[in-house]
Formats: sequence, C-alpha cells, structure tokens
Amino acid sequence: MSRILTYREALREGLDEELARDPNVVLMGEEVAQYNGAYKVTEGLWKKWGDKRVVDTPISEAGFIGMGIGASMLGVRPVMELMFWSFHSVAFDQLVNNAACVRYMSGGLCHCPIVVRGPANGGTNVGATHCHVPEGLFAAFPGLKVCAPATPADAKGLIKAAIRDNDPVYVMENTLLYGTSGEVPDPADGDFVIPLGLADLKREGSDISLIAHGRSVLHALEAANILQSQHGINAEVLDLRSIRPLDVDAILKTVKKTNRVVLVDESKPFGGVSAMVGTLIMEQAFDDLDAPVQRVCSIDAPAIYSPHIENEQLPNPRRIVEKVLSMA
Amino acid sequence: MTSASSPALDFSQSPINQALSPERKIELFTMMVRIRRFEQAALKYYNAGKMGGFLHLYIGQESVASGTISLAGPDDHFITAYRCHGHALSVGMNMNECMAEMFGKQTGCSKGKGGSMHFFAPDKGFWGGHGIVAGQTPLGLGLAYGLKYQGKEGCCLCYLGDGAVNQGAFHESLNLAALFEIPVVFVIENNGYSMGTSQKRSSSFRGCLAQRAEGYDMEWDVINGSDVYEVRAKTHIAMERARKEHKPTLLEIDTYRYYGHSIADANHKKYRTPEEIENYKQNHDPINLFRRRLIAEGVLTEEIADAINKAAQEEAAASVQFADQSPAPTIADISTDIYWETDNQTPASRIGRHFFDA
Repeated sequence: MSRILTYREALREGLDEELARDPNVVLMGEEVAQYNGAYKVTEGLWKKWGDKRVVDTPISEAGFIGMGIGASMLGVRPVMELMFWSFHSVAFDQLVNNAACVRYMSGGLCHCPIVVRGPANGGTNVGATHCHVPEGLFAAFPGLKVCAPATPADAKGLIKAAIRDNDPVYVMENTLLYGTSGEVPDPADGDFVIPLGLADLKREGSDISLIAHGRSVLHALEAANILQSQHGINAEVLDLRSIRPLDVDAILKTVKKTNRVVLVDESKPFGGVSAMVGTLIMEQAFDDLDAPVQRVCSIDAPAIYSPHIENEQLPNPRRIVEKVLSMA
Repeated sequence: MTSASSPALDFSQSPINQALSPERKIELFTMMVRIRRFEQAALKYYNAGKMGGFLHLYIGQESVASGTISLAGPDDHFITAYRCHGHALSVGMNMNECMAEMFGKQTGCSKGKGGSMHFFAPDKGFWGGHGIVAGQTPLGLGLAYGLKYQGKEGCCLCYLGDGAVNQGAFHESLNLAALFEIPVVFVIENNGYSMGTSQKRSSSFRGCLAQRAEGYDMEWDVINGSDVYEVRAKTHIAMERARKEHKPTLLEIDTYRYYGHSIADANHKKYRTPEEIENYKQNHDPINLFRRRLIAEGVLTEEIADAINKAAQEEAAASVQFADQSPAPTIADISTDIYWETDNQTPASRIGRHFFDA
C-alpha cells in the first residue's frame, strides 16, 4: 500500500529511517534541529533523535561542511543541509577540493561518505544569488555524485540511496516541490530505495522525447498533456532523477524510440546538464535523430527578481510546447 | 618571528619529557635527522628533474612534526597542509613510499596521484597532505568531531602555516571548535613567511597570532620550535585538554624554513638576508640544538650522532633508488580511485554511467 505524502514529508521519512538504520548518520545544518528546518524538512527529527544526531550549526558553510567531510573520513556519515544550494559558493573549496578529490589524491586510501542536500531552484522571487541550480556544475567534478528528485517517492528513495552510498552525493531539492504530493510506498511493504543512476520514464509516448530532471519534469508532464490534447502530439517524458551517475541507456532508448528530443533544464544554457545530455545524444545516437536536439533552459541571464516575469525566465509548460511545435 | 617572551625554561624536566627513555630520545633525534636527510635528497633529485610540480621543504621545522607526533596515542590523528613530508615520516610512513610519490610512481603512498603535497596514511592516523591554504583546517576539526562522536579519547592535531591564519575557513574552524567543544589542537607552524610575504606584512594581530584564539574563548600558547622538549611539553598539555576535556587549543610554534616557500620560489634569497639564515643555523636549528643537548645529557655521543646521520643519508639514497626504479602509473590508473563504489565494483557502481570519456 502506498500513501500520499508531500515531497517534504517523504524526504523526512527517508532521513528518519536512515537515522534509525545507522547510528553513524548525523544531520547537520543551519536551523535543522531546534528550528525544525528552514523549510521544515527535518521537522520533529531533533525532538526524536536529540542533540547528537541532529545538529544545529552556525551560518558557517565552509566550516561545517568541511567538518562533515573530515568526520566522514573516520566513518561518521554526515547529511548536511544547505539552506539553499546557492550557498555552495562559500563552501566551494570544501565541496570540490576536499570532498571530490581526497579519495583520488590519497590513491584511494580515504573515502568521503557524505550527503549535502537542500533546495536548488528559481521561481520564488529571491533574486540571482539565491537561485543557482548547480547540478551540472557539481556533476562536472569526477568524484562527486548528483541527483535531483522530482516526486515525493523519488525524493525518499534517492535520499536513502545517497546516505548509503560511500561517495559524496549532492542532492538537489526544490522549495517549490516541498509542498507537492504524491504516492510513496508504505514502509511496512519493505525498504524503499531508488538507486542512483536510474532514470524513470514518467510518461510513455511515441512522437517526441522530453528529457528533464527536478521540477522541469512536472513542466514537461504538463506540456505533454497540452501537446496531446491540443495538438495530437504524443510526447514521452524521461525523468533523469540522477545526474551523475547518469542513465545514458535510458536516454538513448527514448531517442531511438521517438527520434526527436527536447531537453528541459532549469540550468542556464552554457554547460548545464542539458548541454552534456545533448552531447551524449550527438555522440551516440546521431543517426537516430530526425531533427536537431532542442533545449528549453532558463533564459541566459542571472535570475531576475520580478514576480511578474521570473516564471518566463524558467522552463515552463508554455515554453516547452512552443519549442516542440517549432520542430514540426 | 614572534618569540616567547618568558625566560628560557628547561623543558627537559617537564613530566612528559622526564618520561622519555634514552632510547626514545635517540628515536626522536633520529626522526628529525631522517626528515632532513630525506628532504635534502628530495631537493637534489627535484633539481635533477626527477619530480614535477612543487617541492615545499620542511628543513628547519623538523622539531614541530617529530616533537608533536611523538606524543601520539592510539586514537590521535594528524592532518596538515602541503609542507607535509615531516609529518608523514613522523607518523611512521617510510621513505620509499614518500620518495616514490614525489617521483610520480605507482609505488608512491598515493600511487603517484597526489605528489609532494598529498601524502596520506590513514592507517597511521595521517590524513594528508592538503594543497589549499587552510582548506585542511575544517577537515582536522571534522576528524576530531568524529573522535568525539565515536566516544574515543583522542584528539586531532591540525597543522597550518602562518600564511593560513587569514583564511576564512580557519576562522570558521576556530569558532566551531570552541562552540562545539571539539578535541582539536590547531598548530600554527610560524616560519615567519607566507610564501614571500613576511608576517608583519600579512597579518594584523595583537601580541602573537595564537592570541587570536581569545576572540573565540579558546586556550592558546606560544612555543619555541627550536627546542623539541618545549614543543613536546606544551603540546602535551593541549592534547590532554582535548582528550580529557574536549577543549580545543590554538598553538603557535615559532620555527624557520631554510629554503623558499617552494623550490620554485626564486626570490627566497631576496626577502631574507644570508645573516638571518646563518644565525638560525647556529643558534636555533632544532637538530643542532637537540644533538648538543643529548650529548650533554650523555644520551648521545658524537660518534652515534654521526652514525645516525649517515644511516639517514643512506636510507634516503636508497629511497631515491627505489623511487627511480619503480614503475610509473599507467593510463588505466588515471581512472581509478575516483569513486569508492566503482573501485569496489559494488552493485551501485553498475547502475548508470559514472564516467563520460567519449
């Protein structure tokens, strides 16, 4: 039996189950404990698990993320919340030079089983410094793993996989998804874990493939409904879920099936996830394409504040539909 | 250089040093000599073109690594920056694996993937060897956090240079260490220069660098690095405070590097006078002073000291031969030691593409 949970509740259930499973798991971050989480993902967990397992940190991202990396080398498994992934910039040396490279530079003697999680999205009118979507950025560093769940079930399954993984995994959530609802399997039916590196076909179709991750998956699904009902176009929607490792087989499979592709990606166009996926398709499925790969990304500018226009900077169903129709 | 203003005390009489047997004193002296001879060999072969990248020499600072690490208990851990050779040998890494690492060989401690700045030996409690100035300080904090989390009575000695004290990551680490009561001892190895910039041109401070700890309500002390007995006596107090009370300390050990910031530092003779270097050699060099001291104590003779020196030279020469004759990494080696899961061929590693080579 599955239940309806919000994305936020599903994440929390995943965190709670992992806290129960492994005494080395520690949640850390700004406001995660006594305040119950800036976005209430960790609500109730401090009360349940106490000071040792759920730790409030000062606003000191380089300090506490580096601390978590150091502790992980000794076997602690820190799950660290960035209030916004945008704040990665003040901890970049720790996130990249230490977490991604320490295994390599030690010839495999060290490893770093950390999770860094938090929201990475635009669309809430908070201006350019709070709207970065760095999944492509971090996936570009060998040694790191990145995932971006779109649904409550995926959020729970992926956070649990991330915590169990023995490499650093950066989980990119979305403040606009925290309140969305969906079916999540009941814990009574068994341990629910979604492996990293496995895409999910969210909608079957035959005419064109919309490949997306994170909130863009919901836009793609909505666009697919419009395309079907208003234009008779049957679009397939592939949710990448995991950026690195990446389910390249699933990408190639849908391309071979529909022969037309629109990549939907909240990144900026230059060097984002869609740039990488587009390259892979060009390298490995060129002969299966009936048209050039197209993309719907955020408009190539820092994130605009204005509530009147921000949604037009981001991928949205209208922009996806227009892009698909332009390929006809 | 900042100097401890207190009159010279005889730290040989501190309990931790009185507990040293003659054999242990000779071991300590031997370690300092081995570090120096190892590095002199490294310098020779760096200049001969056998190594790539940088070579940051520790010569002149040997008392710090060997003295502090001689205090190690079973649950103590160590982490430092890029000037890491002395710490590596002090924790018990052998010259062969260290020299081979600098030669970029498969037999190196990091399989030739890290180089001079990135020696590691987790089995000996040594966690690197880190290249970014002060980037290792939150890691040292985290190792100590891990010890406390696991309920172990140990501490982490986290070393940094005086050039690292103005980095944000270090200040964040100091705050967290005091706030969370973490058993870490930060050791500033103050050699007076952050690369080519003297301390007075790089740091604003009252008294000494370690005094900045007061702003974080943290204990601190200043140590004369010329005297390995003083290094041990004062560091022991800080380590016990960490182990027993979970209280961090900021130590500043005055020391001196004979050579430039790295061997690529062509200006090192311009910002220091020959007289300054010569004075240090005669009056402050920790190896020369300890040798005289142990001979005066009757622990060492000139003959034994010379034999130790000769053996260290031979050991270093042998490590060069080992390194030179070792195989280089292969192209296939470039692509391992990236993910734990793929290295161990776990089920997770077989799902999805981890590497994107065309």
